[in-house]
Amino acid sequence: MPSRLLHLAVDLDGDGAHPASWRRARHAPDRLLTSERVARVVRVAENAGFTLATFEDSPAPPRRRPDPAGRIGAVERAAFAAPLTSVIALAPVVSTTYSEPFHVASQLASLDFAAAGRAGWVVSATDDAAVAAALGRPFVTGDGLSREARDAVTVNRALWDSWEDDAAIRDVATGRYLDVDKLHHVDFVGETYSVKGPAIVPRPPQGQLVVLAPEGLVPPDLVDVTLVADPTVDGIGAAARRAATPRVFAEVEVVIDTPDGDAVDRLAGLDAATQWPRGERLRHVGSPAALVALLTDLARVVDGVRLFPLVLDEELPVLSAHVLPALFRGGVATRPVAGSSLRTTLGLPRPANRFTSQEVPA
Amino acid sequence: MNVPFPDAQVHLGVFFQGVNHWTIWSEPESGSQIDFASFRRMIATAERGLFDAFFLGEGLRLRESGGRIHDLDIAGRPDAITQLAALAGLTSRIGLVATQNTTYNEPADLARRLSGLDLLSDGRAGWNVVTTDNAWTGENFRRGGFLDHADRYVRAEQFLHVARGLWDGWDDAAVATSTDAPAWSHGDAITPVLARTSQFSIDAVPLLPRSPQGHPVIFQAGDSAEGRDFAARNADVIFSAHGGDVDDALAFATDIRARLRAVGRPEDDVRILPGTTIVIGDTESEAEEKARWLELRQVTPATALAIASQVWGFDLSDRDPDGPLPAEDPVVAEATGEMGSRRWNDKHAIVARWRDVAAAQKLSLRETVIELEPRRGHVGTPAGLAEKFAHWVRHGAVDGFNVSPYFTPDGLDDIVDLLVPAMQERGVYRDAYEGTTLREHLGLRAPLSRRSA
Repeated sequence: MPSRLLHLAVDLDGDGAHPASWRRARHAPDRLLTSERVARVVRVAENAGFTLATFEDSPAPPRRRPDPAGRIGAVERAAFAAPLTSVIALAPVVSTTYSEPFHVASQLASLDFAAAGRAGWVVSATDDAAVAAALGRPFVTGDGLSREARDAVTVNRALWDSWEDDAAIRDVATGRYLDVDKLHHVDFVGETYSVKGPAIVPRPPQGQLVVLAPEGLVPPDLVDVTLVADPTVDGIGAAARRAATPRVFAEVEVVIDTPDGDAVDRLAGLDAATQWPRGERLRHVGSPAALVALLTDLARVVDGVRLFPLVLDEELPVLSAHVLPALFRGGVATRPVAGSSLRTTLGLPRPANRFTSQEVPA
Repeated sequence: MNVPFPDAQVHLGVFFQGVNHWTIWSEPESGSQIDFASFRRMIATAERGLFDAFFLGEGLRLRESGGRIHDLDIAGRPDAITQLAALAGLTSRIGLVATQNTTYNEPADLARRLSGLDLLSDGRAGWNVVTTDNAWTGENFRRGGFLDHADRYVRAEQFLHVARGLWDGWDDAAVATSTDAPAWSHGDAITPVLARTSQFSIDAVPLLPRSPQGHPVIFQAGDSAEGRDFAARNADVIFSAHGGDVDDALAFATDIRARLRAVGRPEDDVRILPGTTIVIGDTESEAEEKARWLELRQVTPATALAIASQVWGFDLSDRDPDGPLPAEDPVVAEATGEMGSRRWNDKHAIVARWRDVAAAQKLSLRETVIELEPRRGHVGTPAGLAEKFAHWVRHGAVDGFNVSPYFTPDGLDDIVDLLVPAMQERGVYRDAYEGTTLREHLGLRAPLSRRSA
């Protein structure tokens, strides 16, 4: 028996995790970058019972030729999906390397309002001189990447707290809409920039969005969910034990047998077009039943998994029809309950506001 | 009588307010300024009323006065593009316009976010281009207050040029139409943008194709000579401040047409939509009474003192709003970006005028503020307003209005339920959306950079 119920997340980038996945998509390539496609995929994921959809992103083109050259921004896709869904949580990838933390904090807080507390943030860094050139900024690499990530998360978290929950008081007697004692300058001063605050957006419904970050990018006290990329279950277990964050999710690339072909053949076919590089992530290539067994094993060592399906149009239906039902039936995984915030679903408390006065009046 | 534009139509937009004392927060009708449901309700009403566009403003710093956050007005609002992307899937026709500045954004990032909104809305995005330069606002951003006031339009124009290059970077048939194609996009279909200008050094690969309307529609609101020339060179729509008086509106429109001709554009190439409020009553006197009721809730005693403090340049919050004007002379301080620091140019002249009006009409401080506030908007019956707006558009003074409701989220209801039908009866307002894109609603030509010579 697993000691805890696994949370299931899925990344919904493009046509799937494989760079050549577009070749097996159920739509023409020129329909990828459309509202219809974004809405459809997220609804499929919601109906399947996933807790969380993530949206990969980067300021650079998603793939090299001959694969997709375009991608709608993750914040925009997640926001678009928010009112079209009611249960699944939505977490865009937002890179910290060059973005304006003040804008990012506003965008993510707004997403949390639109999604009624179902928003998260997958923190990333961009180690790419071409992106620096596109944005007209000095190239940041090496230690600079973790510095920018740390500072960006620090500023976001401070800005989300910069309005206390009850800052808008509508006090007709004195004519005051706001209680200025409940609004706070954040006065962040980092090595490369400073931010005054307060935010332009009131405190988001969750207080703080759920922050997910790859292991090692951001100090653990700034992270809610560590994303572990490791090729073995044992390695993932070791990473989970050393992670000092409230939750740990394993990253799993998923290639399964589908009615369109068995896993090995489908992968080989796409690899013949463009090789899918093996990174650090665990990769499952095989039957749906074997995937259920693998995820059951993982449930003993992590709180959740984030799946990267080979081809969304092929893997998602099988995950939906076979894998997730087996996990729910077997008491291995949990599906979110309507009306819950992402924090509630993950069992994370709504954080106290750092600025809330604890002092006793003199 | 000579009617120069007998077939002209009134176009309406709605500006969902973010900050100011015009939005009334104190009444039972005053809903949440931040809950998504408020935006959803407002945009649904606007789309039911066949509006061209739904606008959101931009916040870069909460307003402060004397180092203290301004607490009398509504505050707190969503990021515009994020919120409009969320509203895109709930609407099918209405345009979605985001106010975004060119100072604390980078072209490759902002152009892509706007493109994303344009694609997710199937061609309904607009961008209200604004400039900022003060160091006070810059305190929230990486570069701080880096831009000289004199360079704000220089940067904006270079920014737009880069953005257009990115929007035009994909050929129209760039992406394959079959999964059997050798590649997802054609070989030379995507053109990088290289910019080496005084403001930008950029080498960017555009990430998105054009939407059904080509580019997001460009809105601009600058009113100085420089701002008007910028609009004449770049804008599709001018969100003007000349919507209260028909002669003033006509003078502005005539000036814009001359500037358009001077830059080689057709004089009907730009739509002019002044911002306004609309107060409707069953009779003229009922409408007037309602307008007065609204003014007293907009200019509360505390707000009257705050506005007077800005004019006088020092704190008057301990004065009696129902008493006389302050006896002191105003103090003129340097513009910083804080509230009111740039709003009034010649404070001595303004105080002299306030004193004249107060003396002549025997008004208290608060009554004087109400009397002299620059924005009263249009007040009348549905029939009277419909006749008036028909006259304005048929004489070429405006192309419509960008309405600021005074209540969130139901402030458009009487406009949609009463004024829109009255305009439809007079043939000056559409009975149905004819197109699907914002560009089509506004009757605009192709984007400026996409016209054959």
